[in-house]
Amino acid sequence: MSRDTTTDTAGMTFLESTPKKLVNAYLPLGAFLFVLLFPFYWMAITAFKPNNELLSRDGNPFWVNSPTLDHVKKLLFDTAYPEWMWNTVLVSVTSTVFSLAASVLAAYAIERLRFSGAKQMGLAIFLAYLVPPSILFIPLASVVFQLGLFDTRLALILTYPTFLIPFCTWLLMGYFRSIPFELEECALIDGATRWQILTKIVLPLAVPGLISAGIFAFTLSWNEFIYALTFVSSSELKTLPVGVVTELVEGDVYHWGSLMAGALFGSLPVAFIYSFFVEYYVSGMTGSVKE
Amino acid sequence: MFDRFQNSRNALGLIFMLPAALLLLLFLTYPLGLGVWLGFTDAKVGRAGEWIGLDNYLYIATDSVTQLALFNTIFYTTIASVLKFFLGLWLALLLNRNLRFKSFFRAVILLPYIVPTALSAIAFWWLFDAQFSIISWVLVKMGIIDTYIDFLGSPWNARFSVIAANVWRGVPFVAITLLAGLQTISPSYYEASAIDGATPWQQFRYVTLPLLTPIIAVVMTFSVLFTFTDFQLIYVITRGGPLNATHLMATLSFQRAISGGALGEGAAISIAMVPFLLAAIMFSYFGLQRRVWQQGGGDK
Repeated sequence: MSRDTTTDTAGMTFLESTPKKLVNAYLPLGAFLFVLLFPFYWMAITAFKPNNELLSRDGNPFWVNSPTLDHVKKLLFDTAYPEWMWNTVLVSVTSTVFSLAASVLAAYAIERLRFSGAKQMGLAIFLAYLVPPSILFIPLASVVFQLGLFDTRLALILTYPTFLIPFCTWLLMGYFRSIPFELEECALIDGATRWQILTKIVLPLAVPGLISAGIFAFTLSWNEFIYALTFVSSSELKTLPVGVVTELVEGDVYHWGSLMAGALFGSLPVAFIYSFFVEYYVSGMTGSVKE
Repeated sequence: MFDRFQNSRNALGLIFMLPAALLLLLFLTYPLGLGVWLGFTDAKVGRAGEWIGLDNYLYIATDSVTQLALFNTIFYTTIASVLKFFLGLWLALLLNRNLRFKSFFRAVILLPYIVPTALSAIAFWWLFDAQFSIISWVLVKMGIIDTYIDFLGSPWNARFSVIAANVWRGVPFVAITLLAGLQTISPSYYEASAIDGATPWQQFRYVTLPLLTPIIAVVMTFSVLFTFTDFQLIYVITRGGPLNATHLMATLSFQRAISGGALGEGAAISIAMVPFLLAAIMFSYFGLQRRVWQQGGGDK
């Protein structure tokens, strides 16, 4: 592993000559970029390749000679893909909105009301954030079953908050902490109630935090796999990642074209939202690992 | 007056905590307890189990597939985490320089992390196809190999293939969070050390690394946690095959509990992950954190 020895020298990089910078920075960066993005290119190009081009070893595989929409058509009209998309949107939006609302209240209570036991509650939220879904899904499946929620969208809407609420609360606690206490004290003196303080002072100031938490929570629920795989079995109720993985693979014949089209269009919505909120997303991600 | 204020604060705090607390108690705390209980029963899907003591644990301790899954999980976590750390740190250092289009680079690099893992795993499955893999195609055309590589057909190939996919997905997370840490380091340290004649390597070793250690510890702890409990990548790319060579504890517990219907046994495998998981977390957190005082950064 060759480690880049010319580390960040912030103000000192002007000392470096252009060719050296090319070799030390742009070349490895280009290699990283190529490896990280190639699977997406491959996904996109496969989605529009006709089968005879996909299953031949001749010619240039990096380009499409006669692009086709067959795979997309198959996806839209011969499978439940549109329904999976709709389920995913529905489940992601509802669970995100619900989790965000619950998290705002919880984070405000822990960080600002400082009720007795608030510290312990904050720690409990952090520990809940560390519980991995792949340890929880078996007993959770049995809870879902007991509640009669098996094979419903509601099962997902209610279980996704188990990882969304701890995450959002943790993130929002950090944002609330950065809002000066004095603002609230002024409002208290002016006779504002706690509810007014929350909605009129704290929340407007925490909008960037709310966006970060919201975007991140939406992506997490869009990408969720193991709960959706376990708690839902009817084809028309599946979410997109599960539908593509379980329903588009038929026997031994892999329809790579429609599989890749399914993967591509399932990734685009999150990539699209992400492109508008990159900064919020990055601050959400870095905030999630901070204390 | 003060009392009333205190009281209402507690009452209000309770009300505000209620939605989050109720949901987490019902769907997180209770299932955790239930999971421990299920591990001691012979529960099957659709049938409540009876207490059978440590039978499940005794069985999985001697079960060769579970032992293999444990080995796979440890191997997968170790190799993938080490690779993610070095590549992620390298990428973070590259991105921390004054480059053109820096924010563009930073934005696109996160793409592997934000798209659904299950879907990018399908793309890797296609990239690893035994007959039409583009990787094999390129290597054959370049004259490096003669026959197509059977990426997922033999145990060790498959292990390294899924590790590659995991590293691909995890590097952006490590890089971007370490980059955030790098950006908090004041440039004056670098200027001062440069005046004292420090080489770039010395600057990295004695300025960057010590100041970055706390965030490295946190980031790698999270990375280890997510890698150890990984499910999606394996489930999509190999389903644990060939010959259980890529089964992780999580995928094995799914196979036993959901596909096979043995809830109790699956739960026992899940619970058996916990001590190893805790050990891995302790190791990465304290192991990395300790460096702080070793390098004179004050005891934490």
